Amino acid sequence: MSVPAVFDYHPVQSVDEAIALLQLYGDEAKILAGGHSLLPAMKLRLTQPEHLIDIGPIPNLAYIRKEKDAIVLGTLTRYKQIEQSEILHKYYPILPEGTALIGDQQVRNRGTIGGSVAHSDPAGDMPGIVLALKAQLVVQGANGTRTIAADDFFVDTFLTALEQDEIVTAIRLPLPAPHTGSAYAKISNKASHYAIAGCAAVLTINKKGLCTSASIAITGASTRIIRASEVEAALISKKLDDATITSASSHAVANADLISDIHGSAEYRQQMAAVITRRVIMHALERA
Amino acid sequence: MATKRSITITVNGQQHQSEIEPRMLLVHYLREILDLTGTHIGCNTSQCGACVVLLNGEAVKACTVLAMQAHGCEITTIEGLAPAGELHPIQTGFWEKHGLQCGFCTPGMIMSSYQLLKDNPHPTEDEICKGLEGNICRCTGYQNIVRAVQDAAEHMSTETSIPVSTQN
Amino acid sequence: MGIAAMLGAPIKRREDPRLITGQATYVDDMKLLGMLHMTVLRSTYGHAQISSINTDAASQLPGVVAVITAQDLKNKVGNIPVAAPLPPHITRGMGRRLPLADGKVRFYGDPVAIVVAENRYVARDALDLIEIDYEPLPVVSDVEKAMQPDAPLLYPEFGTNVAVSMHPSSEAIDNIFAETIANGGVIIKERIVNQRLAPSAMETRGVIAEFRKSDSTLNLWSSSQIPHLLRNYLAEQLGLLQHQVRVIVPEVGGGFGSKLNIYPEEALAAFAAMQTGRPVKWIEDRDENLAATIHGRDQVNYVEAAATKEGRVTALKFHVISDLGSYLQFFTDVIAIAFTLPMLSGSYAVPHVYSRCDIVFTNKAPTDAYRGAGRPEATYMVERALDLIARAVKRDPAEVRLLNFVQPEQFPHTMATGALYDSGNYAAALEKALDLIEYDKLRAEQHQKRARGKLVGIGISSYVEICGIGPKGVAPFGLYESARVRIEQTGTVIVYTGTSPHGQGEETTFAQLISNEFGIPIEDVLILHGDTNSTPEGRGTYGSRTTAVGGTAVYQGSLRLKEKMKTIAAAMLEANPSDVSLEDGKFSVAGTPQKSVSFAQVAAAANTSNTLPMDIEPGLETTVFFEPEACTFPFGTHICAVEVDPDTGEVEITRYIAVDDCGKQINPLLVAGQIHGGIVQGIGQALYEEVVYNEEGQLLTTTFMDYAMPIAPYLPALELEHTVTPTLVNPLGVKGVGEAGTIGSTPAVVAAVADALGVAHIDMPLKAEKLWRIIHHQ
Repeated sequence: MSVPAVFDYHPVQSVDEAIALLQLYGDEAKILAGGHSLLPAMKLRLTQPEHLIDIGPIPNLAYIRKEKDAIVLGTLTRYKQIEQSEILHKYYPILPEGTALIGDQQVRNRGTIGGSVAHSDPAGDMPGIVLALKAQLVVQGANGTRTIAADDFFVDTFLTALEQDEIVTAIRLPLPAPHTGSAYAKISNKASHYAIAGCAAVLTINKKGLCTSASIAITGASTRIIRASEVEAALISKKLDDATITSASSHAVANADLISDIHGSAEYRQQMAAVITRRVIMHALERA
Repeated sequence: MATKRSITITVNGQQHQSEIEPRMLLVHYLREILDLTGTHIGCNTSQCGACVVLLNGEAVKACTVLAMQAHGCEITTIEGLAPAGELHPIQTGFWEKHGLQCGFCTPGMIMSSYQLLKDNPHPTEDEICKGLEGNICRCTGYQNIVRAVQDAAEHMSTETSIPVSTQN
Repeated sequence: MGIAAMLGAPIKRREDPRLITGQATYVDDMKLLGMLHMTVLRSTYGHAQISSINTDAASQLPGVVAVITAQDLKNKVGNIPVAAPLPPHITRGMGRRLPLADGKVRFYGDPVAIVVAENRYVARDALDLIEIDYEPLPVVSDVEKAMQPDAPLLYPEFGTNVAVSMHPSSEAIDNIFAETIANGGVIIKERIVNQRLAPSAMETRGVIAEFRKSDSTLNLWSSSQIPHLLRNYLAEQLGLLQHQVRVIVPEVGGGFGSKLNIYPEEALAAFAAMQTGRPVKWIEDRDENLAATIHGRDQVNYVEAAATKEGRVTALKFHVISDLGSYLQFFTDVIAIAFTLPMLSGSYAVPHVYSRCDIVFTNKAPTDAYRGAGRPEATYMVERALDLIARAVKRDPAEVRLLNFVQPEQFPHTMATGALYDSGNYAAALEKALDLIEYDKLRAEQHQKRARGKLVGIGISSYVEICGIGPKGVAPFGLYESARVRIEQTGTVIVYTGTSPHGQGEETTFAQLISNEFGIPIEDVLILHGDTNSTPEGRGTYGSRTTAVGGTAVYQGSLRLKEKMKTIAAAMLEANPSDVSLEDGKFSVAGTPQKSVSFAQVAAAANTSNTLPMDIEPGLETTVFFEPEACTFPFGTHICAVEVDPDTGEVEITRYIAVDDCGKQINPLLVAGQIHGGIVQGIGQALYEEVVYNEEGQLLTTTFMDYAMPIAPYLPALELEHTVTPTLVNPLGVKGVGEAGTIGSTPAVVAAVADALGVAHIDMPLKAEKLWRIIHHQ
């Protein structure tokens, strides 16, 4: 019988209300957004929060809008909105493209970008995409609002830089420089559809055809969400021909702590990270 | 025992008000409180899609939604897809093309097909398969399910494709 | 469509309206007044001694009505039934168990205690409050290790894990092998694993038990394939008279053999209902289903074959090792012996076939019948052997098959295994499949693509299987089937079948038989099944036998009533019964077709009886039991084409052709549906599915997030054709089709992938990583 253990339920109407409850209940509370990461874990009783704070009812947190220097997504923006967003298709196709690979259409109707980011599951697709996009995560807590760079946000498996009383309210993506291309793809676990290895890439190419900026993140393969800094270093200032890309991609999970389980050994994940990184960089390059 | 919560929910066009444990899953609320047993439970980890219903017109897996998360929302289940005594073109498609055998996954398949055709009224075969990636059928090998959805797409007019409960 | 065209018509199913509208009633859709809910606490160890169980805290949780352990069952509930216990050990009790673990757990998922509570959520909460002290024991989860003398023992009192060992002398077969080599022939050898699978019907198991104390009557609703067998054995297990138990099988959401069984939870729910005096419902969760419902396959096989240099097989030699898991379920012990061994000659006229067999206990869930049940294992071994021979003699696998087939004129044919095949035309099916896929062209394309570095492969499987089980002596109880046919006063017909369809569509096909025979509209026919109080004693639905055996009973019932109706019509028409015939729902006299009475008029006369002559018994009802004298042997050829991604090892099936011969088809739409589903389950085994335990006996595939099955985007469009070679075993000429697809597809897919990679053999499932390692020699 897969049902959550008993908890008290707190639907909230504002971020402030949610923060007040987080302060009150501390470790005993969890934030519920779309619920597609949290509820399965609660049903299997892997986690048993005593208080569930449902931020779903908070108005005006589901949006995608272009501001002067950034594209901003509200924390409750559902995957389906991302998939269908014209703004994102135009500026960052990696997001709708990557999102379309998450779960299935039913999951994408419920799952939220903020929920996925705060969950920090290295097998998830969204954290890696957000990382590659060099997103700024807007978080609000008892001490007010602050912004955390994605690079600093994902600390470890299911662990973020969020304080106990903080929640993510928005995800800000810097507007892409001209000639920027982005892509995401993964090799999937045939049962869960999670990534065995996935890659998110954002590349900028200058007029001489040299790579001026490369931001690469790997999903699925390692125990935490990582930037592939050695791949990035091997691309910067280079002309991205096949040999350069292949050679750079082979470092996709250098020094990473790799997952090894029945769905893929560490060795396979390492090699697949290289394969998918090469393919994704090629694809991003076509778009740059 | 946690404090019970009051829920108001419109299911297949009818409003219901109940006091429930907050941990109650939407699928249990529909099946056990409202006796709408057409929505099934197949896997409990949101892989199989037997529990798919429409929440405010969008397909969701009701085993992974708390009933309280649907407070104030409109739900359509397989029982409400077509007016009583009539069949929705998707239901007709499944019947005509032998798109079911044991029938257990079928309500979820039909509700997922509804979403798929709402988003993409003229899908290719590959798009149908992709749209049904969240639904497992162990009997049919999916072959005739794909044909059923194609048949429905051909027959669906805008009038008949709107579920009764979401008609304004 | 005229009624006369009913047989062989692809009409849509009569079951579907309730299923597509959500109005069907599965077990979990039922509520009884005062009903309690049962949950089961299961072992988290693969093998352990239970040193103590403390149920106090669980019992005290508000809403909990009872907590039950093995102690409570002693002398009140019998062991889990086993249909055919084999000597020497099993007949002496090896592998038998109470419904709850008694002192020891032997697999992850072994039931230890149950909670009965006012609602499901409380029943689940109480499980967390039961305290059990386990003392872990050494675990053996590998079947070959379990056979070693120093292996940890599941049943130490027997001194071995090997339940039955059949090792006939191999001297004669070894001589044939030596002779073949001496004559310039080839031999091949391979160890091949048929991995453990989880049947995974979309509806998990479920039971509701209701006990009336005043007259000791037990009503049991169960998601079962075998209502009567369940009733008979459960009555014995609970110490009730057979007629005190009524089993009702409502809508069933798939079985694939997993519900052809009597599990602990049926007796437990019944016992809980008897103890509490209230109805008790248990619905299996998916993680329980993956852990504690039977698993399928799980054989390790050693295959050797000898052939002339042309590829003509001279001898086959097998060692079949069947992993039983930890306990015996209904048919656990006989799957390999009764269904794998007889089929080890496949479709081939091999003069000498030798097999030895060991069936062995391990610390895993019990195995039992899963779609195909022993025959897929046999087919896989034989088809792999033929491919290896083709490779050894450097001939095309299609040619080698054609060279070895039993020829059409040789039927009925007794194989070297002793199996008697009824009919067949194997070359016709293979040739049709080759034509459909344009085999020569496909091979030419393959060469071109390979030259460009693509990993493309083609695989062929020419399977044969046993259906329509079966004749006397196969099981301790006759595997007949039954039908009660009743024609009502208005001319409508009710058939009560002893079979128990759960997705196969016999409410439609049986009605087609009746409609066809009587010339009445199909709407006038009702097929009922699944209630032991109204249906005649039957054996249920499994083994692709429902139409061949149960359908024949229905057909014979209709013939009997037709004869009686002719007598009545003759009296009404003042004619001789032998001159009366029934056509298009009218009885008329030969020579004077205008003199007729309708089917309904005769039915009315028979049922109202006042106008009937005294020598005719009123009413129109008959019960028929049909017991076939022999089995049927459907066959066919499947061809699969694949492309493997050299970078990732992922497989794409690019073409899939199936030519199947299940004899006559009553409803081709439903036949195709069965084949589609079967093929995809077979593809599932070949590419994705595998139950995995670690060395400590922990189950690693506990949810559908870890147990991978085919979904729509993984599959090609299947291209089906058929041949029709009727059987004389039953008057309908039908053979059975429920398992054919599963049996035929797996070897074709594996052969295609091995061909793509240019290797002899790869064990299933052909997961990407495994293939990637072969491609990159890792």
